[in-house]
Amino acid sequence: MRALPWIYVALAFGFIYLPVAALVLFSFQGGTLPVPPFDGPSLHWYREVLSDRDLMAALANSLIVALGSAALACVLGFLAAYGLARHVVPASGLLRALLIAPMTVSYLIVGLGLLIVLNRLGLPLSLATAGLGHVVINLPLCFAIIYGSMGAQQQNAEAAARDLGANEARVIWLVTVPMLAPAILAAFFLSVTLSWDEFIIAFLLTRFDVTLPVEIWSLLRSGLSPETNAIGSLVFLVSVALVLALEILVFGRRRS
Amino acid sequence: MTAPIALDIPAHRFGAFTALSDITLDIAAGEYVVLLGPSGCGKTTLLSILGGFIAPSEGRVTVGGRDMTHVPPAKRPTTTMFQDYALFPHMSLRDNVGFGLRMAGIGRRARHERAEALLGMVGLEGAAAKRPHELSGGQRQRVALARALAVEPDVLLLDEPLGALDLKLRRAMQDELKAIQRRLGTTFVHVTHDQEEAMAIADRIVVMNAGRIEDQGPPDRVYRRPASLFAAGFMGEMNRIDAMGRQGRVETAHGVLPDWVPPEGPLTVCLRPEALREGAGRWKIGAARIEEVAFFGTHYRVHLAPEAAPQTRLVAHLAPDTRPVPGARIELAADPADVTVFAREN
Repeated sequence: MRALPWIYVALAFGFIYLPVAALVLFSFQGGTLPVPPFDGPSLHWYREVLSDRDLMAALANSLIVALGSAALACVLGFLAAYGLARHVVPASGLLRALLIAPMTVSYLIVGLGLLIVLNRLGLPLSLATAGLGHVVINLPLCFAIIYGSMGAQQQNAEAAARDLGANEARVIWLVTVPMLAPAILAAFFLSVTLSWDEFIIAFLLTRFDVTLPVEIWSLLRSGLSPETNAIGSLVFLVSVALVLALEILVFGRRRS
Repeated sequence: MTAPIALDIPAHRFGAFTALSDITLDIAAGEYVVLLGPSGCGKTTLLSILGGFIAPSEGRVTVGGRDMTHVPPAKRPTTTMFQDYALFPHMSLRDNVGFGLRMAGIGRRARHERAEALLGMVGLEGAAAKRPHELSGGQRQRVALARALAVEPDVLLLDEPLGALDLKLRRAMQDELKAIQRRLGTTFVHVTHDQEEAMAIADRIVVMNAGRIEDQGPPDRVYRRPASLFAAGFMGEMNRIDAMGRQGRVETAHGVLPDWVPPEGPLTVCLRPEALREGAGRWKIGAARIEEVAFFGTHYRVHLAPEAAPQTRLVAHLAPDTRPVPGARIELAADPADVTVFAREN
């Protein structure tokens, strides 16, 4: 009976990680189809990926969109949280609800809505518009994380800083932001990860320059290939690196 | 640096709630004033008005003769030492203490020197590179004091500064605060609900209740001759004896209280436990039976049932050499100069 919980754990983790493991394994496939039998290991497909200009451009685009949209979402989320937590704002409950509400709207609806608005305004689709879409979906998250960690402790420190002669900008920059750094970094890395993976909004709101998920999708249309496995593995590696960075930078600091 | 303060606040309201009323308070330069009262009495509100964190709904605040009523905290010659110290956890002690100087545009070298000198003054030399979380409660309190003093304020406002410390440390810090205040000559305004702390430290105690000033004066005067029944009770244990003013005499169940010429009507006679004595005195209270005895080192605290009014109880502090025993019968007396008489409140 002792074995039962372990079998359960093995099955659960198998269910979660087997697809990823298969993806990574067949990225080292020697042949042209990512299906058993495994005839590797070979780095052939990685060579293909890394020398594929379109893919590399898409990778760079994804990074730009992810970092840019996450930074913007964090700044806007922080300012909204600071305003609502520190000042008496009329209808602040409604404002908070409206800030969080986009989280409940599906990405498809957000993407379509933005597409219609951008068309109406006559703005061309680009990486910037995809980034805009990612700000829309990440802002509620950033706001919720940062607002949730604003407590009385920072408020008193802010009052002390003001008392000692700091103006509002220096209070925010020298006291509030450093004290909230763990929450702000968590919001930032989470936003980067979500934007990095996001497909549907990026698909709807880009045209010539596309992000990596959109590029992968167009590769998949021409059928399965170990090349998609290789690029998938690279994406996975970047995500893992981000999670590790989050763990070390944010939670490691909190522990000390 | 130091400055006098004048407060004149007819009323301060939070919505429909009147937090302060009829506050008139003049504080001399270099004075150590303690605002004393139970929680919710308005003492912290008054301190926040002084510090500029709250603007009074009516009235004026002047510091050093200048109107400060609507001047923000950053531009006032006051600094506040907050109840939870409000240190900046992400900065070293040196940067915490030097923060105000940095805001004033003083160069790194000069402010580090000054911060280290101040840390030395509060007994934390050599700890300048530490972070607040490495310190004990008492040490944080010292850093908060050094930080508030670094900008050389005219007035230092202290909001329950010793509230988070244990009793022994609190008594030690009281002496230290007082010594630092004497040395610098800065005006200190200190808020507390601990009347022992107030008496130990204050040049003047301001007793507050329900948004009003009940009494203000030197500690011994406020303790021995309180101006109101509330101040009498809040400053320490008090025997309250029902009395009646008739034909210019205070009549009690224990006989007529000499020397007092009261108004007509129901009165309360207040008598500190240590003012009750065994033996003779000008006001003879008469015989009483000892009910309970507890030894406190400096005195015995004794519950007494006076024979003249057996349903009432008196508390007396008797000298340690009297060795009272329960059940014994003793003669009680008091000096009318140790007594205060108020119109009765119900």
